Amino acid sequence: MRFMIIVKADKNSEAGVLPDQKILSEMGKFNEQLVKAGVMLAGEGLHPSSKGARMRFSGTKRTVIDGPFTESKELIAGFWLWQVKSKDEAIEWLKRAPFDGGTEVEIRQVFEADDFGPALTPELRAQEERVRAQAARQARKT
Amino acid sequence: MRFMMLVIPKAYENAKADFVPSAELVAKMTKYNESLTKAGVLLGLEGLTPPVRAARVKFSGGKAKATDGPFTEAKELVGGYWMIQAKSKQEAVEWATRAPMLDGDIIEVRQVQEIEDFPEDVRKAAGR
Amino acid sequence: MASDAHRAIEAVWRIESARLIAGLARMVGDVGVAEDLAQDALVAALEQWPASGVPDNPGAWLMTTAKRRGIDQLRRKQMLERKHAELGTELEARQETAPDLDAAIDDQIGDDLLSLIFTACHPVLTTEARTALTLRLLGGLTTEEIARAFLVPTATIAQRIVRAKRTLAAARVPFEVPRGADLGARLASVLEVIYLVFNEGYSATAGDEWVRPALCEDALRLGRILAELVPQEPEVHGLVALMEIQASRLRARVGPAGEPILLLDQDRARWDQLLVRRGLAALDRAAAPGGAYGPYTLQAAIAACHARALTPEETDWTRITALYDALAQLAPSPIVELNRAVAYGMAFGPSPGLEIVDALTSEPALKDYHLLPAVRGDLLKKLGRFAEARAEFERAASLTHNARERALLLARAAQA
Repeated sequence: MRFMIIVKADKNSEAGVLPDQKILSEMGKFNEQLVKAGVMLAGEGLHPSSKGARMRFSGTKRTVIDGPFTESKELIAGFWLWQVKSKDEAIEWLKRAPFDGGTEVEIRQVFEADDFGPALTPELRAQEERVRAQAARQARKT
Repeated sequence: MRFMMLVIPKAYENAKADFVPSAELVAKMTKYNESLTKAGVLLGLEGLTPPVRAARVKFSGGKAKATDGPFTEAKELVGGYWMIQAKSKQEAVEWATRAPMLDGDIIEVRQVQEIEDFPEDVRKAAGR
Repeated sequence: MASDAHRAIEAVWRIESARLIAGLARMVGDVGVAEDLAQDALVAALEQWPASGVPDNPGAWLMTTAKRRGIDQLRRKQMLERKHAELGTELEARQETAPDLDAAIDDQIGDDLLSLIFTACHPVLTTEARTALTLRLLGGLTTEEIARAFLVPTATIAQRIVRAKRTLAAARVPFEVPRGADLGARLASVLEVIYLVFNEGYSATAGDEWVRPALCEDALRLGRILAELVPQEPEVHGLVALMEIQASRLRARVGPAGEPILLLDQDRARWDQLLVRRGLAALDRAAAPGGAYGPYTLQAAIAACHARALTPEETDWTRITALYDALAQLAPSPIVELNRAVAYGMAFGPSPGLEIVDALTSEPALKDYHLLPAVRGDLLKKLGRFAEARAEFERAASLTHNARERALLLARAAQA
């Protein structure tokens, strides 16, 4: 399963202020652990919203405004993409990240290709896999 | 330069756990994705499951605590993104204009940081 | 509540179990015993953590608990005094520290993990045994999950794993990383296991119509871990590159009716560009040392040619023929020859392609392989030999088990 781990912006990130060497170093080590575990798919930082823009869609109208977007509480400063077996594993990995001071990081599951159908719970999916496996065995016999 | 086109869908203000985009929207998205691919600008894309299925981890006092969604106070949560290669913010914005969005949706265009954007000592500290 | 805690513990297990087993195996010299001790620690965690919460350093907690039980067990079983003393000293000598790690400890963990990988993939075991043991000890999969992956009963896998551990113990396989000249051959055995798992998920065994992305993910994860443990080995990066690029196509490989879609017919907008980029980056690491490409790296390079082409028309077929020529020298097989024929056909015209295919018509391994007549039919059609082409497509249709594919081949026969 794939998860997007979203780090929200704060005053410092929006001002382009970098974290201190110690945090950077710890983050570097954390990233290294993720790579060594085969979990890391991608990790990126975003430039402050002052360099960005927003586009609003309404019918055929497109309205563009330039950043910064100071009123938004959900600005993104960076993200990871991780490949793990479950949301719980994503949580356990995230707990090892060197954040502090009230930082809140969001975990969002990515849609997989076969998600675009009726919603499948892990139980239903396991059941579906069993059915498919059974069918495949049958097919091989014929 | 790399840019993220972050989709902030209106539907995610109150989408249920079993939400999936309509077949019609998926078809339009597929066409759009093809246009990005053909132009050689597509670097990645993901659709995110609705916020009600999210989790959050809060870090304070050296401890980390996880909570499950929904996070009712949160507005403007991201629902997906494209990452593209573009010569300028204007070009990225132009691509965003062509994305198949619904009324009330927002696309936020943000430039991705490159390692070269950082001074030497910072890159060293981060282990690069 | 309890089930929340259990899921968290399962997640911790997936993160920690391989290292735990590896570290214990280093101490006791036996992977079977190591896994038992690790499982004991898991049981203890399941008993205690729901109430106490997951500890700050779960890996260290599990290791300490496992060690303690190991010592208890040894005392109870009254092992030979010398062994006991050795072990006792070993266990005391290893201090568990928090993981803001000493590079030395990091190296040791890496070494232990690598030893575990090589042990699980030891050539004294059958391929099936190696695969089951690797998925169990390194992939953290349950016996049931492994059984489901290979479509065999759970009991079969359970037995396979028990026997594998016994075989390793009986053969006194040392828990270590192979050295010097040995490393290459032993590594090949590891890569074989990983790619076997990947293929189970990617294209599975004949007749199986569905891809199983979770297995591809398991294999990719193992490959990536290995790449970080032995970064100086180009073929490991080659295998990772191959898997990343192939995995990038998972969403495009299967049609709505479950029929496989050939590479040249796939919707490239569905190729996962993140995985493509990761694959190309891994290929750079494989190619870097400046030596000759090994078989996995060659296959990855071929996959990369396709990955770089925005449309099938932009494919660098000439380069692909060169890569297949090299692969045919290094790791010849009928399938490689067939693919080489297709590449030659695309790069230099149907005649050169047909020449290569014709040499394969009496190849016993391809006797019932529907793609052989399909490829031949395609080349014949391009040469204007329509009657022969039609016969070949019909033959291909008769050989495939897949109804949708059969229909497509019959349609091509009709059009020839």
